[in-house]
Amino acid sequence: MMETHYLDNSATTAVCKAAAEKALYMMTENYGNPSSLHKMGIRAEEEVENAREIIAGSLSVDAKDIIFTSGGTEGNNTVLFGAAQALRRRGDRIIISAVEHPSVYESAGRLKELGYDVQYAPVSTDGKIDIEALKNLLTDKTILVSVMTVNNETGAIQPIERIAKLVHKCCPEALFHTDAVQAYCKMPLKPKKWGADLMTVSAHKVHGAKGSGALYISDKARITPLLYGGEQQHKRRPGTESSPLIAAFGAAVAEADITKTTEYIRELNTYAVSKLSELDGVSINSPTDALPYIINISVEGIRSETILHHLESFGVYVSSSSACAKGKRSYVLAAMGLTDSRVDSSIRISFSKYNTRDDIDALISGLESGIRSLQRR
Amino acid sequence: MKEIVLIKLGEMVLKGLNRRTFEDVLIKNIKYRLRGLGKFEIKIAQSTVYINPLSDDTDLDEVCERIGEVFGIVTYSRACVCDKDIDDILSKAALYCKDYLEDASTFKVESKRSDKRFPLKSPELSAQVGGKLLETCPHLKVDVKDPEVTVTVEVRDFGAYIRCGTIRGQGGMPVGTSGLATVLISGGIDSPVAAYMMAKRGLKLNAVHFESPPYTSERARIKVEKLLKQVSRFAGSIEMHTVPLTKVQETMRDRCPEELFTILLRRVMMKIATRIAEETKSGALITGESLGQVASQTMYALNCTNAAAGKIVFRPLIGMDKQEIINISRRIGTFETSIEPYEDCCTVFTPKHPRTKPILHFVEQAEREAELDELIEEAIANTTVKTIDF
Repeated sequence: MMETHYLDNSATTAVCKAAAEKALYMMTENYGNPSSLHKMGIRAEEEVENAREIIAGSLSVDAKDIIFTSGGTEGNNTVLFGAAQALRRRGDRIIISAVEHPSVYESAGRLKELGYDVQYAPVSTDGKIDIEALKNLLTDKTILVSVMTVNNETGAIQPIERIAKLVHKCCPEALFHTDAVQAYCKMPLKPKKWGADLMTVSAHKVHGAKGSGALYISDKARITPLLYGGEQQHKRRPGTESSPLIAAFGAAVAEADITKTTEYIRELNTYAVSKLSELDGVSINSPTDALPYIINISVEGIRSETILHHLESFGVYVSSSSACAKGKRSYVLAAMGLTDSRVDSSIRISFSKYNTRDDIDALISGLESGIRSLQRR
Repeated sequence: MKEIVLIKLGEMVLKGLNRRTFEDVLIKNIKYRLRGLGKFEIKIAQSTVYINPLSDDTDLDEVCERIGEVFGIVTYSRACVCDKDIDDILSKAALYCKDYLEDASTFKVESKRSDKRFPLKSPELSAQVGGKLLETCPHLKVDVKDPEVTVTVEVRDFGAYIRCGTIRGQGGMPVGTSGLATVLISGGIDSPVAAYMMAKRGLKLNAVHFESPPYTSERARIKVEKLLKQVSRFAGSIEMHTVPLTKVQETMRDRCPEELFTILLRRVMMKIATRIAEETKSGALITGESLGQVASQTMYALNCTNAAAGKIVFRPLIGMDKQEIINISRRIGTFETSIEPYEDCCTVFTPKHPRTKPILHFVEQAEREAELDELIEEAIANTTVKTIDF
């Protein structure tokens, strides 16, 4: 059988052993309902609360300010619709960056249909938000600003602390949210210190299970819940907690070692970039100071999907723009001012701690043969 | 650039010959609170504590967060360490203050020169640093009356320090300098606040919690552990004594007049807490009672309760409104846990109409007739102890 070279870790990651074992244990042995009054409930609740502590610790916030969700999409929807409803009387302007993930972008689109004044803050060619343009969008009617920490397609890192402080200074009543799904466990995140009132993270990007995520909601942020139906999580997110997935999430985060892994990924990144730049017709779309976990490239003259499937035949798995928007042209790269042909030929390579140089070598030989056989000049 | 944390001490600097003891306790508490964050050199001079992280990757945000929870500290700040040399001060000021000044529009510079050997006088030093900062951040304006950022340059014995703003600490006195006291903790909003307030006055705490399984659940106890854990952020580790009160309460139900259940229960709690205080060499009891809040907290009821206590009872909430108490509990982070809905033993067998003006003589008589002493001894013997720590 052909070897697998999985380089699509920003789409999802392999569940680590500790997390998988924890989930199995929670499913088969410690299966009580965390809300039950009896011991079985208490034992399950302990695991949920332990995971909450771990995730809170990883963000340097209090455990009481963390709620568990079904993932990034729910987290982002909760923030957009919850803040919009809770702050409706104060104003109607919602600002998001032009490069947000669809779960923010399309929620904002829906809010626009519902009558909110949704504005899009542009980014410059390096993928970073244009601070001056954002400043001009801030009004006293602004209730929410949402800017992602790391872009899912390019790995561009936004200066969140700076943006958060600017928003609070210009609009003290507004909430600031950051979608940190791609940044989580890959760089230090300190929402409280930065002044981010809300932060979304997801489990399956950090070797946890799909269907699980968390949302940080600061003390001062009061948002209307998305769901109704029980007392769980202080009514902020009712419904029986998915204790197996939550406990697995905790186990995965407990195992994450940001400093060590980032160093390792940085080495892989440097190696990959040096190899890629030797290839004819390959250009790198990710900014140089991007998160090392993501490299977005364009292969001149070959459509994204074509090269993706060609690489697949080598056992190399990458992604054409965000996996959530299959077949659509990337608005993220377009917003960075890339030409259509470069956008159409872009692919995303994304790493995890399980990757090695072998995977990169496989990618490079796949690309080489693709360029030889598929490229049309 | 080397960054440290400077701490200004509270009212303890007013102490006379005891001052050294107070300082030693404070430093011990700070060290304990910073455990797990790396190695530090901690020293005290000129009423200032210097916290010097020995490794460059120490998380100073976390250090500051924790310092903000230690009693005995009035203000604290991060500071950049410079040589006592004007060129070094100027070049570091430009680098260090940039982050703080980037989004500000006005600032001022203050200087304090406690080392008078330093050649520049304070106003000259301020003027030079101010000039340098204006050069680095040309968008800034000087505003000496109401600046957004105040940059302070201090020339002290060990070196020069640049700070951009100070943070208020908890105030109060170092935990342990006032001795050890025993808090009666139920799981409601009030008792954790009372514990916090007395720890702020320098008391180390242990705690007594009463439970009545199966009328109360394990969750009620876990809730109390969570509350104490939160209090221990400020008060240090707390030994929690859990006393099983089921038999005492059942016997009271069977043998005593219903309207006296509450007051009798409060008296039993005081007696047991006094015994535990004696055994643990604790010098006082602490309760979250607030005058008139419920039937057992009228002046008359408190007199009856007080008569059963063998130690002084501190009631720091006695003159506070519920909303004031709630505000503190929110601030110290116990509110959310306090409102979790579990039965505690005070709500087991509550009378429909408790006596609001009980008379001690009759209460004592009812107590004698119920013959509770043996059961109280049994409860004390079955007490379990657990150390709660943050």
